[in-house]
Amino acid sequence: MAHTLDLESIVEAISGKNVGMGVDEKALISTLGNSHKDHRKLFRKASKSFFEEDEERAFEKCHDQFVKHLKLEFSRFNNAVVMWSMHPWERDARVVKKALKKGDECYSLIVEVACTRSSEDLLGARKAYHSLFDQSMEEDIASNIHGARRKLLVGLVSAYRYEGNKVKDDSAKSDAKILAEAVASPGEKAIENDEVVRILSTRSKLHLQHLYKHYNQIKGSDLLGGVSESSILNDALLCLLKPSVYFSKILNASLNKDADKGTKKWLTRVFVTRADHSDELKEIAEEYNQRYGETLAQNIQEKTRGNYRDFLLTLLSKSN
Amino acid sequence: MATLKVSSSVPSPPEDAEQLKSAFDGWGTNEDLIISILIRQTYHESFGEDLLKSLEKELTSDFERAILLWTPEPGEHDALLVNEATKRLTSSNQVVMEVACTRTSTQLLHARQAYHARFKKSIEEDVAHHTTGDFKKLLVSLVSSYRYEGEEVNMTLAKQEAKLIHEKIKDKHYNDEDIIRILSTRRKAQINATFNRYQDNHGEEILKSLEEGDEDDKFLGLLRSTIQCLTRPELYFVDALRSAINKTGTDEGALTRIVTTRAEIDLKVIGQEYQRRNSIPLEKAITKDTRGDYEKMLIALLGEDDA
Repeated sequence: MAHTLDLESIVEAISGKNVGMGVDEKALISTLGNSHKDHRKLFRKASKSFFEEDEERAFEKCHDQFVKHLKLEFSRFNNAVVMWSMHPWERDARVVKKALKKGDECYSLIVEVACTRSSEDLLGARKAYHSLFDQSMEEDIASNIHGARRKLLVGLVSAYRYEGNKVKDDSAKSDAKILAEAVASPGEKAIENDEVVRILSTRSKLHLQHLYKHYNQIKGSDLLGGVSESSILNDALLCLLKPSVYFSKILNASLNKDADKGTKKWLTRVFVTRADHSDELKEIAEEYNQRYGETLAQNIQEKTRGNYRDFLLTLLSKSN
Repeated sequence: MATLKVSSSVPSPPEDAEQLKSAFDGWGTNEDLIISILIRQTYHESFGEDLLKSLEKELTSDFERAILLWTPEPGEHDALLVNEATKRLTSSNQVVMEVACTRTSTQLLHARQAYHARFKKSIEEDVAHHTTGDFKKLLVSLVSSYRYEGEEVNMTLAKQEAKLIHEKIKDKHYNDEDIIRILSTRRKAQINATFNRYQDNHGEEILKSLEEGDEDDKFLGLLRSTIQCLTRPELYFVDALRSAINKTGTDEGALTRIVTTRAEIDLKVIGQEYQRRNSIPLEKAITKDTRGDYEKMLIALLGEDDA
């Protein structure tokens, strides 16, 4: 059984100072994989050469050099170690930045970050964005994306949703009617509708759950059954209403034997970003099992290898 | 602070409650007592919302409204202003815009957080729900912004966006999405650079260009104020104060709002600009138009910066 490493050894291992001595990778996986996010915070604070404290915005920023170094050192981990040691806000900010650079096909990642995170975490990602890229997230998105999707994406990332338990059911019902009419439009027309953008980017998730219920009653069909021709709208709805379904679909695509290199990386992203929310990963695994008839753990065991696999499985077992 | 007095020791919350109760009972004669109690920080901290709820019921005069606005934290202050504005009619679009554009990113964030706590929904939800068309597009975007606040500016971008804005304005497309995008996502330093560029290229200030439009176009009016708030807020406040004071009967709502919200920020600068543009000190203009405890409160707040 792998023993756990203390903070100092982790820092040493990751800094590559003991090159030649070898890293006890099993111990590293076990320690990092099982670590609580507060331990990782301590690790970031202790590693001043790799992380810089952004006091104003309350998070520890990763030095670019360190990111490069980690990628090299831990290439066998497929980026998992890098993402795992970063502050969640920085992770999300970098995901959005990368999605913007890659273009079109990656905009669903922006939807994912904007819609599946809590209000505080989305806000944190925006703060990290300021710190890392010297501009605001919405600024960057607004200047780089044009056409119909811009309005929706800017709206979604700018949201600071109420998260309490008060809701006005009749408002939800009238919003449901508006959405019902709009989603029938062809192509991306639905998201050009200002009311659709308003509903999706300002309403609380609880309100949207009520809206969901009303929509299904009004239309007699499932709002989350891919009702619109706009994939970004469908993604947003799924992320806002049933994130575990969304993530299980992503995982399935990622574990598919025909998946391309980019898609395969989704596996890392989903695991690393959701593992801090212990119930979530568990829910995602359950959803996955139900939907695809085989366990997530089994699939990961078969489709991935080496330290990377061990790391993912550690994260998964931590959630149980 | 000449007109306000604070006791040397802070009474306990129960003691404060007793005193306030008797102040309410003897309404009309105990304003000074109320002021001194309300200044006490511990009272505010202990009683927060409940106190405000009782005050809201009791306080209806201008003076009393001034107290109400001045007491809570700035974030809560702003949340109250916006919430009230969404319930009123069109002239209050200005208030929403003012809060969204003249606060720092952190201050606006605090307002959004206070809004959740106080009204059990998000500020953008309420603004969206109570506005329509172009006003909605502009105001929801402004109120949702979390601007980067660095001073670095991209001159090429400023050039591009100045050109873009000029083209849209030339064709009177004031509600154009790009204009709204620029005003609601760019950092203030960048916006300033863009409009400086605009002036260099076209020989007149953007605000002058916007005067070409229809005077009755309320959206255009809001757009002008938005740009003014983002680039020269102190001038915006001078104009707003002047209209509030000169209006027949005086718009106490606006007067109270501006004086109480800018009191610890830039009221002194605003006062100086006011005098420069109107040849009369702000203090004098206010005393001419207001009276009683309301006047005392406003003057005290004006004087605070000098202390």
